[in-house]
Amino acid sequence: MIEVRNLVKRFGGFTAVDGCSLTVETGSLTGLIGPNGAGKTTLFNTIAGTYRPDGGQVLLDGADVGGMPPHVLFRRGLVRTFQIPHEFSRMTVTENLCVPVPGQSGENLFAAWFGWGRIAREEAAIRKRALEVLEFLNLSHVADHQAGRLSGGQKKLVEIGRAIMSGAKTILLDEPAAGVNRALLGTLTEDIRRLHRQGYTFLLIEHDMDMIAALCDPIYVMAEGKVLAQGTMAEIRADARVREAYLGHGMSADGATGGAARAGRA
Amino acid sequence: MSAEAVGLTLYFVQIATLGAIYAVIALGLNVNWGFSGLMNAGIAGFVAIGAYTSAILTAPNGAGQLGAFGWPLWAAWLAAMGAAGVLALVMGTITVNLRSDYLAIATLGIAEILRLIVRNEDWLTGGPLGVTPLARPFESYGNPWAPVLFLLLLLAIVAVVYWLAERAIRSPWGRVQRALRENEAAAAAMGKDVRNFRLQSFVLGATFMGLGGAMLAHFSKYMSPDVVDPLTTTFLVWVMLIAGGSGNNRGAIIGAFLIWGIWAATDFLTAYLPSDVATRAAYLRLFLIGLALQIILIRRPEGLIGERPPRPADGR
Ligand SMILES: Nc1ncnc2c1ncn2[C@@H]1O[C@H](COP(=O)(O)OP(=O)(O)OP(=O)(O)O)[C@@H](O)[C@H]1O
Ligand SMILES: [Mg+2]
Repeated sequence: MIEVRNLVKRFGGFTAVDGCSLTVETGSLTGLIGPNGAGKTTLFNTIAGTYRPDGGQVLLDGADVGGMPPHVLFRRGLVRTFQIPHEFSRMTVTENLCVPVPGQSGENLFAAWFGWGRIAREEAAIRKRALEVLEFLNLSHVADHQAGRLSGGQKKLVEIGRAIMSGAKTILLDEPAAGVNRALLGTLTEDIRRLHRQGYTFLLIEHDMDMIAALCDPIYVMAEGKVLAQGTMAEIRADARVREAYLGHGMSADGATGGAARAGRA
Repeated sequence: MSAEAVGLTLYFVQIATLGAIYAVIALGLNVNWGFSGLMNAGIAGFVAIGAYTSAILTAPNGAGQLGAFGWPLWAAWLAAMGAAGVLALVMGTITVNLRSDYLAIATLGIAEILRLIVRNEDWLTGGPLGVTPLARPFESYGNPWAPVLFLLLLLAIVAVVYWLAERAIRSPWGRVQRALRENEAAAAAMGKDVRNFRLQSFVLGATFMGLGGAMLAHFSKYMSPDVVDPLTTTFLVWVMLIAGGSGNNRGAIIGAFLIWGIWAATDFLTAYLPSDVATRAAYLRLFLIGLALQIILIRRPEGLIGERPPRPADGR
């Protein structure tokens, strides 16, 4: 469970996250929406340890983890994906997926020199798992390609693949659907649902209202660094302040209903 | 064999010997830059500390400097690696998280400070006169066997260092190094302690450079500030790695022998130049090497043999 209490993050004089509070219950699939520049990614970065908070608290399973570096949070079971793909470009797609696997004895240099047999066994298992995940994500045919040469959408899938390989139980997804084609979107939605059923906890940032409507409960709405509203999709849709924040951003009742209907078919 | 044939053989043996020394140093830079993207511009500093460590530990009580420890060569060479590693650990703790261009400036500066210390602390290093005489192994076998045996020893060391570097890059450790070279934020988000891994790479590379320095000292049979010229050492080793193929251990070795061969050949040629031109030959050589680097960077930016995804560990 993640509890964010009155979190503040400033860049110079500009307050990007301005006293945000939200809760991601264990086993939930919590959504986070809001117009461009609302501070969603900054909130993510502060929860995941990329930024130090300027105020407030982040609790992970009850422990205050505010200001801990990302690799420590990873060991506590928290992993995040990036809005702009952060692939390891000059490495193969399979290698990209092998990196996050925790507890690899071959990450010790002396084991690399003197314990090759054990490493080879571990590696075989890791690669097998990576290929399964690539199959799951429809990426098998590019397994040996350099990740930097993939399309934008494929890179997003690699991001998700790495999160799955990490074994972390809480996954922060920053716009996983952006740049992914419509046909694949249904599969992606289904994949997230399946992982959720397997016991993963998600916090999902997304502009695609179909996906949010199909997956998330509860949903938080952010605007100008603050949490504006929270609730189910229906409650959010009925909220006048939300509509105002989104003005002209396709959050009309009509669009949202249509989106939900499409998601229902997917 | 005629005297001429022996002379020519010895000449090539000497070039190959220095090629082997540079191969070890270039492998060290490949660990830093090729694996991890650490821009180490202080190669000369790590080479010098290795060279002086071994020199001081093995030299007889010489010309005023510290000496007469009487260490056997193998122990002194291990100590040289250790000294370079410790220097890297101290330096790296402060600088390794710097962005690569700042790291370059920091390493360059520290190498320069070391050079000044070496030149001025006579009690330790003999100052400008240096530490002398140093033993070169196999000397008692006489010509031509002594230089050939020494070359074989160094080639064996190149093989061992190559093996260590190759295992390192093919292991999950190497995969983490490449990952953080490609994208630091993502590597951190994937649970890797970026600072710690970088420091390991910095120290490992420096250790190889220190070993190269120790080999260089005993090849020269004396150690003075001029043996490690910051320009030729740091600059040439960078050219070697870029030319051979950064990220590829074999590339580092091939680049070392190749560029050293060209460097030595240009020296050979200057002997035939008229004397007024010959005085400027030193600049001409640097110019030629710089030109060669430009051509490589334009025609083959990945070097002669570039980085390839390492064979997977489970593939043996
Ligand atoms: N590193 C930074 N330095 C300065 N300002 C920043 C930085 N990162 C974000 N900001 C500012 O903070 C605000 C919130 O940015 P953020 O990326 O969190 O928005 P977002 O809600 O994720 O938007 P989008 O939906 O477009 O991704 C923006 O105005 C942005 O300019
Ligand atoms: Mg964002």
